[in-house]
Amino acid sequence: MSKKREVIASGNDLAAMAAVDAGCMFFGGYPITPSSEVMHTISDLLPKVGGVAIQMEDEIGGVAAAIGASMSGVRSLTATSGPGISLKAENLGLAQMAEVPLVVVNVMRGGPSTGLPTRVSQGDVAQAKNPSHGDYKSITLCAGNLAECYTETVRAFNLADRFMQPVFVLLDETIGHMHAKAELPTVEEVKASIKPRRKFEGDPKDYHPYEVPQDEPAILNPMFQGYRYHFTGLHHDRDGFPTEEKETCRKLIDRLFRKVDEHRDEIELNEEYLLDDADILLIGYGSASLAIREAIDRLREQGIKAGMFRPITLWPSPEERLFELGQKFDKVLSIELNQGQYLEEIQRAMGRKDIQKLTKTNGRPFSPQDIIDKVKEVF
Amino acid sequence: MAFNYDEYLRTEKMPTLWCWGCGDGVILKAFIRAVDKLGWNKDDVCVVSGIGCSGRFSSYVDFNTVHTTHGRTVAFATGIKLANPDKHVICVAGDGDALAIGGNHTIHGCRRNIDMTLIVIQNFIYGLTNSQTSPTTPRGFWTVSQKAGNIDPTFDGCKLAEAAGASFVARENVSEPRKLEKVLYKALAHKGFSYVEAMSNCHINLGRKNKMASAIENLDWIDSITMPKKKWDALSEEEKINYLPTGVLKEDTEAEEYCDMYEEVKKVHQGLRPKITPDDFKKKI
Repeated sequence: MSKKREVIASGNDLAAMAAVDAGCMFFGGYPITPSSEVMHTISDLLPKVGGVAIQMEDEIGGVAAAIGASMSGVRSLTATSGPGISLKAENLGLAQMAEVPLVVVNVMRGGPSTGLPTRVSQGDVAQAKNPSHGDYKSITLCAGNLAECYTETVRAFNLADRFMQPVFVLLDETIGHMHAKAELPTVEEVKASIKPRRKFEGDPKDYHPYEVPQDEPAILNPMFQGYRYHFTGLHHDRDGFPTEEKETCRKLIDRLFRKVDEHRDEIELNEEYLLDDADILLIGYGSASLAIREAIDRLREQGIKAGMFRPITLWPSPEERLFELGQKFDKVLSIELNQGQYLEEIQRAMGRKDIQKLTKTNGRPFSPQDIIDKVKEVF
Repeated sequence: MAFNYDEYLRTEKMPTLWCWGCGDGVILKAFIRAVDKLGWNKDDVCVVSGIGCSGRFSSYVDFNTVHTTHGRTVAFATGIKLANPDKHVICVAGDGDALAIGGNHTIHGCRRNIDMTLIVIQNFIYGLTNSQTSPTTPRGFWTVSQKAGNIDPTFDGCKLAEAAGASFVARENVSEPRKLEKVLYKALAHKGFSYVEAMSNCHINLGRKNKMASAIENLDWIDSITMPKKKWDALSEEEKINYLPTGVLKEDTEAEEYCDMYEEVKKVHQGLRPKITPDDFKKKI
């Protein structure tokens, strides 16, 4: 069994600590509630280890600087909340297109627009799937407890470098500001788990960064090391130069999908809680799952056998497991702090329309009683 | 022996997509000559561009190159430079890129005085997208988005850069390629944020509808509205408003550079020096 350590911190602090432990050396961001503490903490931690944290002039500049640093070969982070993602969207699209790894922590607050800046929501789940225009495949992780603010951020860095694209870590106001004890892997364990991005070692003449198998990401060497190539958001050829050649364009977008779709097993992560003997399936993620877990324990005391399926990787969704669960359980209740953004995905994956839903969009978290009442009402 | 540009060009990308007679090629050549004079290793140079005709600049030069989103050139370059402070980072942007959609990043790049060069290819119009008004389009000019004549006041990017804190500011004109090469050399060699406005012709999308349909006519017009700074300084305030001064407009070698300052931040966090206070700075407000 791996060693653990106990740390008392907030979710936002844990995300910042995880980034630095995972080898992140650059942060670019802009203040926004409820994510600012990620910047506050990392701006102390990074210079200590020789890295850089910069507060840029706006959200767009924050993500641009982080992508720029990553293009040069450095693990980079940005952190924000929904309005910030809206502003960063175009540059996130560039990172998808040019295949630049980046970790984006989004501490979700109430929306749309300025919404409820200091209150909780899970309203950015759909946004995380397609924040920018065009076709690409998002990878989105969602922390369901304090320890996962740390472990999922570490995992996000490894996935970003494995698949060469932005990876979202969704926290929310409740979990980002929750301050308590978390059991974490040791720093040594984290360092041993780091998988740096792949690098081409041969003659620069033979280097074609975007000439890779159709289910694999680009191999982008660090800048300033003798492998001179081009980054662009335009459709591009094997060396990164703009092209409109139709087969090259087709293959590029096809590959952006397949590099994720054909490696779902490396990305998918779920938790199942007391599902084996359950009659009722509750599906939820993020901070909502804390209330769901408590509700399940109380329902079981009353003889109602409920269990939980919790996706930790939201995108790509665990569609095969959802389908199996949809076959096994008649009674399914989806629980989220939005109007049912993930419910649509659950319906699609299960091929069912009869899934019950519990939603909340008034900026308040679920209480276990909310869930118990709903279960008793609909089943 | 003739200068060999090919060493710095991605010759397989030629011809460029710039129109026949476009001044951007003159800027490309002047830039290459300036880099050659500095003797920089191609691997140590990164050229970052935005969107527009100027955006293609980065794809033609054989350095580490990045073509970013519209207006965000300086912001991307800031990340590249801070993560690699010993490397040379050059931004190339158009007037719409640097002064309209990307104005905020231009202002704050200047303010930080981070060591990079921003070359603004200033042709008074949105060329690539066919003649829309730019922040530098003269009033009364025809543009496709203001066919009645442009009423928007014009913007002097060099004044903006000076006021925002760039420590080197210069303006030159593509009809004076040697002078342009000289200011580019000085800008690249300068430590701190250097802002160079390289005035270029767009006879196709500015000139044709404004009575200067050839490159020569467009360049003559640029000549007619510019004069060396020394001469410009001697003009009355009333006369000054219709001329743009050329040459080095500001050169401050004392201003603190951002990457150097960030090294001090690292030292504070590593316990190697006390915290930074107002006493560390000559200018306190």
